[in-house]
Amino acid sequence: MKIHEYQARDLLAKAGIPVPAARVVETAQEAEKAFEENGFPLQVVKAQVFAGGRGKAGFVKLVKSAAEARAAAEFMLTHRMVSVQTGPEGIAVNKILIAGAVDIAHEYYLGFVLDRDRSTVSMIASAEGGVEIETVAHERPEAIIKEPLHPLAGMQGFQARRTALALGFTGKQANTVADILLKLSRFFIDYDCSIAEINPLVLTKDGKILAIDAKVNFDDNALFRHPDVLALKDDAETDALEIRAAAANLNYIKLDGDIACLVNGAGLAMATMDVIQLHGGKPANFLDVGGGVKAEGAIEAFRIILSDKKVRGILVNIFGGIARCDLIAEALIQAGREVGFKVPVVVRLEGTNVEAARKILAASQGDLPTLQVAGDLNDAAKKIVSATR
Amino acid sequence: MSILVNKNTRVICQGITGSGGGAFHTRGCLDYGTKMVGGTSPGKGGTKDANGLPVFDTVDQAVRATGADATMIFVPPPFAADAICEAAAAGIKLIVAITEGIPVLDMVKAKKFLADFGASVKLVGPNCPGVITPGECKIGIMPGYIHTPAQKGKKSVGIVSRSGTLTYEAVWQTTELGWSQSTCVGIGGDPVKGMDFIDVLELFQADPLTDAIVMIGEIGGAAEEAAAAYIKKAVTKPVVGFIAGRTAPPGKRMGHAGAIISGGEGTAESKIAAMRQAGIRVADSPADIVKCLHETTGG
Repeated sequence: MKIHEYQARDLLAKAGIPVPAARVVETAQEAEKAFEENGFPLQVVKAQVFAGGRGKAGFVKLVKSAAEARAAAEFMLTHRMVSVQTGPEGIAVNKILIAGAVDIAHEYYLGFVLDRDRSTVSMIASAEGGVEIETVAHERPEAIIKEPLHPLAGMQGFQARRTALALGFTGKQANTVADILLKLSRFFIDYDCSIAEINPLVLTKDGKILAIDAKVNFDDNALFRHPDVLALKDDAETDALEIRAAAANLNYIKLDGDIACLVNGAGLAMATMDVIQLHGGKPANFLDVGGGVKAEGAIEAFRIILSDKKVRGILVNIFGGIARCDLIAEALIQAGREVGFKVPVVVRLEGTNVEAARKILAASQGDLPTLQVAGDLNDAAKKIVSATR
Repeated sequence: MSILVNKNTRVICQGITGSGGGAFHTRGCLDYGTKMVGGTSPGKGGTKDANGLPVFDTVDQAVRATGADATMIFVPPPFAADAICEAAAAGIKLIVAITEGIPVLDMVKAKKFLADFGASVKLVGPNCPGVITPGECKIGIMPGYIHTPAQKGKKSVGIVSRSGTLTYEAVWQTTELGWSQSTCVGIGGDPVKGMDFIDVLELFQADPLTDAIVMIGEIGGAAEEAAAAYIKKAVTKPVVGFIAGRTAPPGKRMGHAGAIISGGEGTAESKIAAMRQAGIRVADSPADIVKCLHETTGG
């Protein structure tokens, strides 16, 4: 789960990490007032959205007066933000962060991530902050400092201190940075994060150390023990169909192709998308209906797939293990009757009770004229690609 | 022979009375012929499960009463890492964790806990279909009947996979086209897990019954790249691979917690390239896995 920048700043501030004074507003009037209350000569107005590319889209602005803050907020709240990550329709902005701008002497990166190769959490730090850390890691790997955390003991003071020194800090500043690292590592563990990063951490010209921007993601599997985090969830930018699918316990991700797929199992669902593309088609979605799918789940899955107006065909690929093929076939027919298949549907079933399933499908061919049954996965992909061209 | 499990493996089910499907899948394992000898459910010790098996409060009690050496875990996610640790502490040698949705930091700690027991305790999973040696022992949720037990006149393939249904797909094809399977291991779709590709490959390489190996990976992490390097160095048996997720966009989690491309790492292209470089035949479509197997082994 992702949270907004302002929410991440609040959590980090609570964890004792220094952040510059800031306020979150929802109207232009509030923006004007916030500028005055923050009390900095130069401040930054930032739209609070998940999508990247805010700066280029004009949704991050430096302002020098309350009137300028008001105007910037007015613009952001009344225009949809369009960036490479939003698509041409853009997204609405509801919340705005207004924070004191500081005189930056240097920018650093501090972060903690799950390190799957070591089966623990690792710290990543760099004296080249303020840019994408992936870019730094790729272009100048020697500029990255890594410290794996002990799985049970967590980050130790000496690890934090040697990192601060390696970043080029000395004296009291090094102690301050080490303290921030320890606090961030504890925050990561306490909140079951999957990413907790400060980028940039800045050293100001007057010698202060501040976290200017933060990104925090949480492990979805651990949200049950963090009701306070769950309360921060904002679905405003999540695709409506994805929200609906989640409510029906379906694992659905919308993509930009035109051949929809309905599959059981995440690996097989990915492989099905791959095979569609291998045969010249473009998948419209990832959809894993799970092992124990029943009729109502399958019907809702078809409804969701068919509400994507770009969809010109559907490939159903079920390997019956726990799920029985005859039940899936019956659900398919019921769904066809309820939803109506106007587009071609290619069905490939294999596994438990497949013979019974084939009989059921053959018997209702009259009801579902756009339905074809395929042999193996290659055959299924070829059939759906040719039926939609 | 086979790896990990055989007809002598004695298995308990942790979470046998719970809503996670413990009793249902215990039934499936019993029907397949697995020596299921009991289960655990804290607070229900002394009772019987739906299959008539004895239920114990702790794994320790279950091991002492039944002589179990393996466990199949269906305990709900908040308590599953604890169940893994309990099994190791009670002397269980093979822990198969089926549970999906365990917090990853719980697994980080559980894995470190298991490290104290050394290589004699093996964890498969979590979030996996389980392990099966066809005809002898099934621990998990896979449909048993698609498998073919090793027998004279049939070559035997060992299958190791991060994905459940994709494993069944490979099993089905190998069965249809005249192969048997020595053992199939679903290592699971989580980023922090027990046995990884290399651990299983090592066992298959040493297993006299396994003639060839099918390795099924997916996007996310670098386990396939590491396995490819290992295969080049230490595996002499033919290996065929498949990687799911070529069309998956970066930053989107494709069902499994581990299946995500982040920061340009873990792409299907990088995995396929590493595997091909190591001399592994990689199928473009899962429907071609057996075709590749035949080409690699000469039929």
